[in-house]
Amino acid sequence: MQIIARALSRRRLLASVAAVPILAASADGRTISGELPWSPFAGEPPRPVNPLGWYFFTPGEAATIEAIVDRFIPGDHLSPGGKDSGCAVFIDRQLAGSFGQSSRLYMKGPFMPGLPTQGYQGDLAPAGRYRLGLRALADYTNGTYKKDFRALSIEQQDTVLAGLDGGKIKLKLKPGFSTKEFFELMLQNTMEGFFADPLYGGNRGMASWKMIGFPGARYDYRDHIDKHNQPYPKGPVSIYGQV
Amino acid sequence: MAKALPRKDAVIIGLGWTGAILAQQLTEAGLNVVAIERGPWRDTSTDFNVAYMQDELRYAVRKDLFLQPNVEAMTMRNSAGQTAMPMRDYGSFLPGNGVGGAGVHWNGHTWRFTDEDFSIRTHLTRRYGAAKLKGLMLQDWGVTWNEIEPSFDQFEYLAGISGKAGNLKGQMQAGGNPFESPRSREYPTPPMKMSYAPTLFAQTMSGIGYHPFPTPSANLSQSYVNTLGVRMGQCTYCGFCERFACGNYSKASPQTTILPVLIKKPNFEARTECEVLKVNLTPDGRHARSVTYLDANGVEFEQPGDIVAICAYGLMNVRMMLLSKIGAPYDPVTGAGTVGRNYCYQTNSAARMFFEGKHFNPFIGAGTLGQSMDDLNGDAFDHSKLDFVGGAGINCVVSNGRPISNRPTVPGSPRWGAKWKQATVDGYQNSMGFTSQGSSYPVRENYLDLDPTYTDRHGRPLLRVTFDFPDNDVAMSHYVSDQMEKMTKPFNAKYAAVSRIKKGWDAVPYQSTHNTGGAVMGADPKTSAVNKYLQSWDVPNVFVVGASAFAHNAGLNPTGTVGALAYWAAEAITTQYIKNPGALVHA
Repeated sequence: MQIIARALSRRRLLASVAAVPILAASADGRTISGELPWSPFAGEPPRPVNPLGWYFFTPGEAATIEAIVDRFIPGDHLSPGGKDSGCAVFIDRQLAGSFGQSSRLYMKGPFMPGLPTQGYQGDLAPAGRYRLGLRALADYTNGTYKKDFRALSIEQQDTVLAGLDGGKIKLKLKPGFSTKEFFELMLQNTMEGFFADPLYGGNRGMASWKMIGFPGARYDYRDHIDKHNQPYPKGPVSIYGQV
Repeated sequence: MAKALPRKDAVIIGLGWTGAILAQQLTEAGLNVVAIERGPWRDTSTDFNVAYMQDELRYAVRKDLFLQPNVEAMTMRNSAGQTAMPMRDYGSFLPGNGVGGAGVHWNGHTWRFTDEDFSIRTHLTRRYGAAKLKGLMLQDWGVTWNEIEPSFDQFEYLAGISGKAGNLKGQMQAGGNPFESPRSREYPTPPMKMSYAPTLFAQTMSGIGYHPFPTPSANLSQSYVNTLGVRMGQCTYCGFCERFACGNYSKASPQTTILPVLIKKPNFEARTECEVLKVNLTPDGRHARSVTYLDANGVEFEQPGDIVAICAYGLMNVRMMLLSKIGAPYDPVTGAGTVGRNYCYQTNSAARMFFEGKHFNPFIGAGTLGQSMDDLNGDAFDHSKLDFVGGAGINCVVSNGRPISNRPTVPGSPRWGAKWKQATVDGYQNSMGFTSQGSSYPVRENYLDLDPTYTDRHGRPLLRVTFDFPDNDVAMSHYVSDQMEKMTKPFNAKYAAVSRIKKGWDAVPYQSTHNTGGAVMGADPKTSAVNKYLQSWDVPNVFVVGASAFAHNAGLNPTGTVGALAYWAAEAITTQYIKNPGALVHA
């Protein structure tokens, strides 16, 4: 067996210490030959988020986002609302991580305005877009209603969100980042939080999955594949075994 | 200064489907082979964990297994008059990354292109006259059906494909695809079990004269021991297939079919997390000496080899040729040059229907759980009174009910608020759809080259994609959408709608990771970059293997044909090239 590991991520370092590999100073990359490499605990399971506190949002931003996700997903007889489902916590943790920094995307310049078919061309990663967008939203509601968004009535909040969605309200953002893009980002992230596995902080109690009848992380439907047009009898499970 | 390494008989760039097939076949022939792979080592037991693979956010939305744009992006524009901008996130298509490549996270639709595809210009000219092809750069592939059919068979029996033959050596078979070209034997495993939506689709389409059949699937209907002695498991219809890796050993991939055998061979090694920067040629540009690569620590190495096989994703194959100056770059103005020409994509539309009181259970799914029909595909129907050539496969495939991305609502429903929620609940169990996957034919204006502005993390130019849907393909797709509207009628759905393709290819919404061409095979070195054996016309010890060799794209998923071409090229190397190295075809 020959496993020569030079490109050691932290995970691989830990794994390879356990496996006592041969480390050769003159090796050429990670060479695999002779046997399938296998080391214990080599997988990268997701880590459930800590639901307490805010990692990215200021308290004021967090209150605004909680109000917004509750208008996107109002609580009713079908499910709890976006806030109680953890959507704001979800967005906060996403913005505090690699998504918030676009750390895996192509962020080299030059940054120039593109065509709609060319996608987002701004230089702000999502964390910066939220920070700027929420400030501009506060400026707008204070200018129009003399209040922060979270202090508006439900009807006023819906009016503002519909204005952002439909193009009637233009926030003061920056070139390459439009009001519509800010709205779509918030809506997409809210839905991600509502429908993702609960380990990311949203979808508490698997509320959305129960609402639509999605069984979650079950991995075997061979017993139901040919029961056509019949309800699936089992409720959802989550990755960490919540039922 | 790069560190020089000992010579190998063959250096393979990329360890996905084509790299693994070539490595397996070349090592069987006794060659010493190294495969150099940019991404990480990945395997089922360590990386595709059944305890957490069912994570839509991580794998489908954040695209954890895919190539990340910070490693390699591309620029795009719809026409040469526009300035190409980088796709800062991949959207319209999602290239793979790491060992196994896109073979890890594909859906598993495993088609054979038809005999008419391989000789498309000859066939269409004979049937309709040359004027019918005006404006299209359709050309024969240089290989015939009888030559390539055994290679399809090899790939299907490697992968254990589940399906039903429609044409066995010219004898039509009930329940299979009557429009397929003759195959030498039945599929290795029977078709998948069908859930409700594809069953209803097949019944309804049969009732109006179409010919549905089970979509040929690399998600296996039963366990299978393949031609290398590797055992695969039965698909569990888990609904986490495309964009995910399979935790059940039931989706054919290099990991589940080849690597357990290949890695044990003393004459093979894989180097992962090593990125090949270029292929180095001799000063006359006629012979490849070596490849230069960087390991994960940024140390540069030079690996000499007698044969260099470029086996990355098709688009990256073209970029590697351009960066290495293998062949002449295509010029869309003069038509000269071959590397970058005949870039094609896929021309799709979709039908969606909504009912009341149904239980479609969309979460019971698999990448290739479905029914298809080819009545409107390729040249299966008469085009003499139509203003286009080509066609589309019609597919009713239930791949998943993952709710972040897949929760259809009746068009016109709100996208948020209380009414959105009710519409979502109403739509989830009551909706089914089917899609058209249309051919994409080459035109002068659609091509690949190097971007003049944007570079990757090593300072090398990004690939630039110049593409829009050609008029011929738009006309084709609209014709097919018209037929799809008629197809929805007998379902008596409460609501039905068919989407239509429009000009202005959009790089943002996902459409298809079926990018083809750019280093196409053919009989004429003026119009093809590689010969019929996927050997570079210009640098004969370089083979370029993948969908980059497709001279056009059909209304069929490409992987079956990619696998066949890999076996076909490997056979040419092992039975012809190593006995007498040099050009296998003299133009």
